[in-house]
Amino acid sequence: MQQETTQRKLTWTAVNTLVLIYAFVPVVWIISLSLKDSASLNDGNFLPVSPSWASYQQIFDNPDFTRALINSIGICLIATFVAIIFGTMAAYAIARLDFPGKRTIVALSLLIAMFPQIALVTPLFKIETALGLFDTWLGLIIPYITFALPLAIYTLSAFFREIPWELEKAAKMDGATPYQAFRQVITPLAMPGVFTTAILVFISCWNDFLFAISLTSTSASRTVPAAMAYFTGATTFEKPTGPIAAAAVIITIPIVIFVLLFQRRIVAGLTSGAVKG
Amino acid sequence: MSSSTNAAEAAGARVIEGGLDGSNTGGDDGTEIAKKRFSEGKRAERNLGIKLVAPAVIIMLAVTAYPIFYALWLSLNRADLRTPDANEFIGLENYVTVLSSSIWWQAFGITMFITVVSAFLELIFGMLLAIVMHRTIVGRGLVRTSALVPYAIVTVVAAFSWRFAWTQDLGWLAGSNAPLTGKWSSIAIIILAEVWKTVPFMALLLMAGLALVPEDLHKAAAMDGGSAWQRFWAITVPLIKPSILVALLFRTLDAFRIFDNIFVLTGGANETASVSMVGYNNLIRGLNLGIGSTMAVLIFLSIAIIAFIFIKVFGAAAPGSDDGGRR
Repeated sequence: MQQETTQRKLTWTAVNTLVLIYAFVPVVWIISLSLKDSASLNDGNFLPVSPSWASYQQIFDNPDFTRALINSIGICLIATFVAIIFGTMAAYAIARLDFPGKRTIVALSLLIAMFPQIALVTPLFKIETALGLFDTWLGLIIPYITFALPLAIYTLSAFFREIPWELEKAAKMDGATPYQAFRQVITPLAMPGVFTTAILVFISCWNDFLFAISLTSTSASRTVPAAMAYFTGATTFEKPTGPIAAAAVIITIPIVIFVLLFQRRIVAGLTSGAVKG
Repeated sequence: MSSSTNAAEAAGARVIEGGLDGSNTGGDDGTEIAKKRFSEGKRAERNLGIKLVAPAVIIMLAVTAYPIFYALWLSLNRADLRTPDANEFIGLENYVTVLSSSIWWQAFGITMFITVVSAFLELIFGMLLAIVMHRTIVGRGLVRTSALVPYAIVTVVAAFSWRFAWTQDLGWLAGSNAPLTGKWSSIAIIILAEVWKTVPFMALLLMAGLALVPEDLHKAAAMDGGSAWQRFWAITVPLIKPSILVALLFRTLDAFRIFDNIFVLTGGANETASVSMVGYNNLIRGLNLGIGSTMAVLIFLSIAIIAFIFIKVFGAAAPGSDDGGRR
């Protein structure tokens, strides 16, 4: 019996190792590429022989990259913030209130979640050029909010459904209006869910590439994924492999941190948010 | 804290709430005043509901509905930014141009191929990963956290990682070959990049389904001598079929929109462009809004047809189709 469990543990450890290799090999490779110096860049080794920070120095000396990093952070934070506020309001209404047209709204947000973004690029390009929004922060923030809203509404309404009804009834008994019940009783309890949703929304904005290269033309609003595609080497003949790898690592770090946070929050959200009430 | 316990708890809570709800209305029904107060409450609730959803709905409609009609209009016009004086209404001429162009059908074929093959591979590997995350007896937290890594990585970053790995001399996988210069080897790498990135998403959706399969059924079947393979097909698959269909629907629609990976890996060279890639080239590189919009409309129609087939023919439940209300 004891031997059997040891055997099973060993088998599972082997399987888990496969999963870890699957998940991390491309990540380790891009990190190792970013640490190779220009002499050993083309050696084809998986790990760097003589690690150096040269590529990182190069991208942080490049104003196009630092500007793109600021754009990415600013645009994604603003879009996430707005999407979460409007998404929380809509999700609460969908999960908890009775009003006409609810099903239509759920269907609409589903439709938008599946919408081919490329179909919007042409008209948005034309509209934004006419309105002077092309190549501005706002020009990217608006489509990001739109595609973040369905995600926010779905995730948040699931969280709202987990909160016990009695709380709203008690609030109403005490003379609170439905809005007060939403604002002062339910929203604070939904905070773990709101935070988790904010991370998911931020990841989806951070990940965008199509809008970022179509609706921008200069470093004024180009985000990092788009800027990476336009990197040039230190000289015309040098390929920008090292800087691209370094930039890739830099924009991966915040997401990895978020994933660690996200795991914790999911557990916290499921255990305390729903049960403690 | 498995998610199954939580789902069960939530379901239990809902039943209890339902009971309380019923007795409440029953008790209040007696007096006129209470009725009046009830309907006032109803109206307040309705007004609040509409006010709360309004901003989200207005933004979603403004950014999608108006542009899609605008795209429809542009697709019926000659609208080339390089020759703005020649712009005029030309009816369906753009559609004739696109639908009789080999570039469009080439891209359409490639997109369909990538969509079908990657959705199939994702389903297999996603199921394996879901089972590992669900069943493993050691390091469950570690496995679940690290499986999220490919999902969280920016697509462009992952695409660059694969591109460099398969670049001649530079990459650890390429050696002295240059697979990104051939058509089918490029497509294989595009599919690899796509599958690597999206298997975790598939696995998470499937794992949610696995959590709902009662353990007792498996135990009973094992008692009757069913092998793990037989139990998987006879018990697990039928029970999680709804999860499988929803996951496949999402992934198929997503794969059909493939753009980032191809842009970074091949730039559409060697006949590897997807429909999104061709649409982008016509718009941003070619500045031909008429043709670009025509392609946009055609892509939109393709997506709608795929979704329709999944929901009507395979009976995939449209997510959120339960009204989610309380009664």
